[in-house]
Amino acid sequence: MGIVSPGFSGRPRTQEPALPPGQYLTEDFPVLSAGPTPRVSLDTWEFVISAENGTEYRWSWQELMALPQETPMVDIHCVTHWSKLGTTWQGVSLDTLLDGVDTGAHFALAHSYGGYTTNLPLDDLRGGRAWVAHTFDGAPLPAEHGGPARLLVPHLYFWKSAKWVRGIRLKTMDEPGFWETAGYHDYGDPWREQRYQGD
Amino acid sequence: MATGTPARAPIKWQVARLVERRVETATAQTLVLEVPDWPGHLPGQHVDVRLTAPDGYQAARSYSIAGPAVDGPGGPRIEVTVQRVPDGEVSPYLIDVFGAGDPVEVRGPLGGWFIWRSEDTAPVQLVAGGSGIVPLMAMIRARRAVGSKVPFRLIYSVRTAQDVIYADELRRRGRDDFGLDVAYVYTREAPDGWRGEPHRVGLADVNTHGWPPDLEPLTYVCGPTGFVEAVADLLVGLGHASRRIRTERFGPTG
Ligand SMILES: Cc1cc2nc3c(=O)[nH]c(=O)nc-3n(C[C@H](O)[C@H](O)[C@H](O)COP(=O)(O)OP(=O)(O)OC[C@H]3O[C@@H](n4cnc5c(N)ncnc54)[C@H](O)[C@@H]3O)c2cc1C
Repeated sequence: MGIVSPGFSGRPRTQEPALPPGQYLTEDFPVLSAGPTPRVSLDTWEFVISAENGTEYRWSWQELMALPQETPMVDIHCVTHWSKLGTTWQGVSLDTLLDGVDTGAHFALAHSYGGYTTNLPLDDLRGGRAWVAHTFDGAPLPAEHGGPARLLVPHLYFWKSAKWVRGIRLKTMDEPGFWETAGYHDYGDPWREQRYQGD
Repeated sequence: MATGTPARAPIKWQVARLVERRVETATAQTLVLEVPDWPGHLPGQHVDVRLTAPDGYQAARSYSIAGPAVDGPGGPRIEVTVQRVPDGEVSPYLIDVFGAGDPVEVRGPLGGWFIWRSEDTAPVQLVAGGSGIVPLMAMIRARRAVGSKVPFRLIYSVRTAQDVIYADELRRRGRDDFGLDVAYVYTREAPDGWRGEPHRVGLADVNTHGWPPDLEPLTYVCGPTGFVEAVADLLVGLGHASRRIRTERFGPTG
C-alpha cells in the first residue's frame, strides 16, 4: 500500500469487480494514439502475415470476411489506468489466420497503417486469445478506435492491440515496437502491472 | 526482456510534497511538487499521480509536466496544472483537498514520443485545446530556458478569455520571446477587440496561424479527444505528413 493521501477516500465503491491493480472502471471508450487517425479504404485494405523466411500470406477485406468469424466478449485494460468490462467484438481469430503458416518464430511484430508497431510473443496470439477485429458493439469499428480492423489481444495492455492493423511480421528475435521503444514494457501484462520498462 | 534494447532503470513511485499552489483559472490550478529524487525530464513528458485512501484503495491519473524542473531547498520541483473535471475522482481532490505539505505519490517522467527536443531545428506548431496547453507550455518554457531560436507558433483554443491558462505569461512571452507567435481561438465567447465570431479551430485558423506544410514543421496537438481528432484531420488535409504530427489526447470524451 502506498502512503495515504490525507482526505482522499476515492469514489464510492460497492462490490468493485476484479480489476487489475491500478485500474479504474470506465463506461466511455477513451481514444489514445500518437498521431492523426489513418483512414484506410476497404478496397485497398489487406492483412499480411510475413514469416521469418520471407513467405507472405495475404488476405483482402473480402477474404477476411469469408473466414470463420468469432464474437469474443472481453475485458480491456489500458495502460493509462482505465478498464472497460464485457466489450463485444467480431473478428477472425489469429489461430485461423496462423493455421497453415509455416513458422518457427517466437515473436511477432504487429504493424499498422500509419506506421505504428508493437511486439508480442507469438504464443500470445494463439490459443483463442487474439483476433483481427472489425466490429465493436455490433457496428463497424470506428476509425478512431482502429477501424477498419485492429488487433484485439485483451489479456495484454491495450496498446498491444494495434489499431489500423495491416499485418504481422514473424520474428526469431524480439523487436520492440513504437511505445516499447519509448519506455513502455515489452510484454504488458495488466495483472502484473507491466506498464513501463523495468516493471 | 527484449534483446537489443538498452536496459533501463525501472521508474519507481516516489513521494512528492505539495509546496505551492497557483490559481490559473476558475477551474485550473498549478501544483508545485517537490520530488527529491527527480531524474529530470523532457518537455512534453508526464507523471502519473497516485492517491491512496485509508482502506488501501488507489487511483492514479496522468498529468503533463508544465515546465522544466527547478531547484528548491528540499530538492527539485516540478509543476503540473490540473483542470477540474466535474464528478472526477482525482482532479477535484488535487484542486480542493490536497494541502500544502501533503504527500502524494508520483512516477515519472513518462512518455517518450510527445516530446520536443531543443536540438531539433524544424519550426514547431503547437495546437492546444483547454488544458491541452500544459505540455505545450512546457515546450515554450523549455525553448526559452535553453535560448532556442526555433520558430514556434501556438494556436490555443479556449471557451472564453477567462479560460486561458497561463494567460499573463503567454501575453509576456508572446511579446518578449522572439520567434514565438501566440494566437487564440474562442469557442464560446470572444473578448472585445478579437476579430471574428466564436468558433472551433478550423482550416482558416490553421492556415493563418500555423506553418505551411512546405516548411515541414513538427506539430504537437493536445487536448480533449474530439479536439485532437478534428485538428489532426485538418492538418493532414492541408498536406502535413502524418508522421510529423504528434498528438496527445486528454480524457475519454471530446
Ligand atoms: C498523458 C496524459 C496527460 C494528461 N495531462 C493532464 C494535464 O496536464 N492536466 C489535466 O487537467 N489533465 C490531464 N490529463 C487528464 C487526467 O489524467 C485525468 O483524466 C483528468 O484529471 C480526470 O481525472 P478525474 O479522476 O478527475 O476524473 P475521472 O474520475 O477519471 O472521470 C470523471 C468523469 O469525467 C470524464 N472525464 C475524465 N477525464 C476527462 C477529461 N480530461 N476531460 C473531460 N472529461 C473527462 C470521465 O469520462 C468521467 O465521466 C492527462 C491525461 C493523459 C492521458
